[in-house]
Amino acid sequence: MTRTLRQPASAIPPLVFPTMLLAVNAGGLKASTLLPGFPTHSFLAFALAVPFIQGALFSTMNAGTDLARDIQTGFLTRLSLTSLRGSALLAGQLSGIVALGLVQALFYIAVGLIAGVHFAAGFAGMLVLLGFGAVVSLGFGGLGSFMALRTGSGEAIQGLFPLLFVFLFISSMNTPRNLIGVHWFKVAATINPVSYLIECVRSLIITGWDGQALALGFAVAAAIAVASIALSTWALSRRMAR
Amino acid sequence: MRIWPVAQGVAWRTLKIVLTTPSLFFPSLLFPLFFFTAFAGGLSQVSHVPGFNYPPGYTTFQFVFVLLQSAAFGGVFTGFGVARDFETGFARRLLLASPNRSGIVLGYGLAALARWAITATMLTMIALIAGLNIGGNGVDVFGLYLLAVLVNMAGFLWSCGIGMRLRTIQAGPLMQMPVFLTLFFAPVYVPLELLQGWIHAVARANPVTYVLATGRGFLAGDPPHVALAFGLAVGSAAVLALWAFRGLRNAEAAG
Amino acid sequence: MVNADSSLADNSIVVEGLVRDFKTLRAVDGIDLHVDGGEIYGFLGPNGAGKSTTVLMLTTLLPPSSGTARVAGFDVVHDGPKVRASIGAALQEAALDPLLTGRDHLRLQATLQGIPRGDRSTRTSELLERVGLSDAADRKVKGYSGGMKRRLDLALALVHRPRIIFLDEPTTGLDIQSRMALWTEVARLAKEDGVTIFLTTQYLEEADVLADRVGIIDQGKIVAEGTPAELKDEIGRPSVHATPLRAEETQRVTKVLARFGDPVPGAVRDIAVRLRDGTSGLADVVRALDNEGLIVANLELQQPTLDDVFLAKTGRSLEGAGGEEEPDSVSPPRKGRRR
Repeated sequence: MTRTLRQPASAIPPLVFPTMLLAVNAGGLKASTLLPGFPTHSFLAFALAVPFIQGALFSTMNAGTDLARDIQTGFLTRLSLTSLRGSALLAGQLSGIVALGLVQALFYIAVGLIAGVHFAAGFAGMLVLLGFGAVVSLGFGGLGSFMALRTGSGEAIQGLFPLLFVFLFISSMNTPRNLIGVHWFKVAATINPVSYLIECVRSLIITGWDGQALALGFAVAAAIAVASIALSTWALSRRMAR
Repeated sequence: MRIWPVAQGVAWRTLKIVLTTPSLFFPSLLFPLFFFTAFAGGLSQVSHVPGFNYPPGYTTFQFVFVLLQSAAFGGVFTGFGVARDFETGFARRLLLASPNRSGIVLGYGLAALARWAITATMLTMIALIAGLNIGGNGVDVFGLYLLAVLVNMAGFLWSCGIGMRLRTIQAGPLMQMPVFLTLFFAPVYVPLELLQGWIHAVARANPVTYVLATGRGFLAGDPPHVALAFGLAVGSAAVLALWAFRGLRNAEAAG
Repeated sequence: MVNADSSLADNSIVVEGLVRDFKTLRAVDGIDLHVDGGEIYGFLGPNGAGKSTTVLMLTTLLPPSSGTARVAGFDVVHDGPKVRASIGAALQEAALDPLLTGRDHLRLQATLQGIPRGDRSTRTSELLERVGLSDAADRKVKGYSGGMKRRLDLALALVHRPRIIFLDEPTTGLDIQSRMALWTEVARLAKEDGVTIFLTTQYLEEADVLADRVGIIDQGKIVAEGTPAELKDEIGRPSVHATPLRAEETQRVTKVLARFGDPVPGAVRDIAVRLRDGTSGLADVVRALDNEGLIVANLELQQPTLDDVFLAKTGRSLEGAGGEEEPDSVSPPRKGRRR
């Protein structure tokens, strides 16, 4: 956790790039709110959900790159010779990522408030947003750790970046799913779990308490977290047994 | 001293490295295709916004932006190569073995153009399959691609100037962020008239806005302010050429 | 073989008052040089003496702060393109692209130098054969050993048949066999092809064996210049080196040896004096040690070496005299000699 928070280079990009993309899209796509059926008059409020998830996707890279470095420098091998349990290492690693996820979620809430976004679910909704941000970061951080443990290569983790972008862009990121006009895109966005993560955050900002969106969002986030941590634990035990 | 052999050698080597190294080749090829898919597919309903008037359709509207974006980033990616060559010391060999060093910049530039030509071909083919409508004639289409070539050169010359001054791959963000911002602070998703507030003011002052509008106009068969767009593109490329060649002199002085 | 008729062309290197400053550090401090066509000039000095900076300036990779240098008859500042067309260089760190093959490198070099397309392939094969890399020609350079990279670097320097070749510490890090092979090739280039060779080295033996003339540089200044024989003759007398069997007798052995000559500064492992009477003095040394009842583990008579020349000129031994590395122009200058 200390390492994660001591490295500004790992903390700044997940804050700056999504904010920049938010600014660009909120300005450029404002006219979309004129479409019949668009759920809000503020595209900024609509788009504010994206950086929450985009920042968490960056966590995948951070977690993976840190762990890959430990593997490449032999630090993990040295740890395997000590009495420290692998699960403790993984827990430490992921708690750093979750802390970063919380900082990011707080930052984007602040950005939204400063820009005049009204949070429909109120203060309690913001607290739920923080909790959701933590679960999503944990899930994607676990995914990054799993990839690092399997490949042992920082370059391979960096290579994930375009793939993460595909998941982000082929989703309901810029348009509500019911308004996506191209059929195949609509299908892809419906299959893409990232759509449900975005829609969960979005519901708290623009709708209020939407049970279905929240349930779907938390279920997807929890499933990613459970699966990725299980996979990471398995991969770690295999690597430390070598 | 002849410039051409040096340019030819540098271009050949740069292309050989790019085309035989998947991690260098595929991102610059796939990113524009992906952006085109995401924008044209995911945002197609934007064309139904009141006041959106572009007869060839949203796919064509986005194609022009992605074509220009791929051109600019094709240049920037080649600039990464310039920085990498300085960082690894290979540029010293080029400086030493090139009787006419201006050919080094020209060679990298030719490689940027050739590299983008591959991307543009792929992008155009995919766009045609996806329903690209070309309302303009052959001259209009040529005009669009000529604009893109100029944007490619401008993107390359900008990043080349940075690469030769800073001589490290860590300069990558400095090469791509201004290009990214300049491109995205233009009317990417809707025409300029539909932008509101600060983004409208920024887009109005952004030269890419006019290049983009003319490019879209070429495919609609009714290009607006052609002279202004070409003037801005040629002017930018000329100023950035000066920037790149001064960067070369800077690198020469540093050794 | 050589690009221009070497008997007519100017293959010389003429340097006057060459200076290179890096902010507060003066790496090269007003050197003068004259290297004749077809000569092998050994530029000898410890790490950080200014050798590589000099080579960078003479190869037009670094502009001088002041002074003039003409290479192949062309000014390095004003006629850079003509200088580069006339020279070949293998610099200290072979700047090779790990993703290209050896043959790719040669092809690139041939193209850059404007060799006609039809001749490139022949020239490439010829050079690969010459440096013994034909079998590895189509392998990527990232799989080459250090020796193979050096040989490829030499081949690259020869592609356009230059009149002058700069070799900056060409054998550093090479095994004995690779070193000998490179020496043979360098000697052949000068002797058979009339190529001028400017060779920097920190190996005394290399300069001694290869160079027609040697310039010794220290702290940016040339402290001695001449043929190896001339330089050693300046020292003239041999030295005797004694290693006491018992460490507690070191002072007594030193006193005895001091009767026969001046101490050689910088000798660390043994006691050494430059014999006043030359070789004939050795017998007297042995007798004196015997008379004093001193036993030595080793007693050796050494003819003057280039290291002795360096020692005499600078008060330090060349071996181990390496100071800080020369400032690389791309990295900030380190602390060192101040103006």
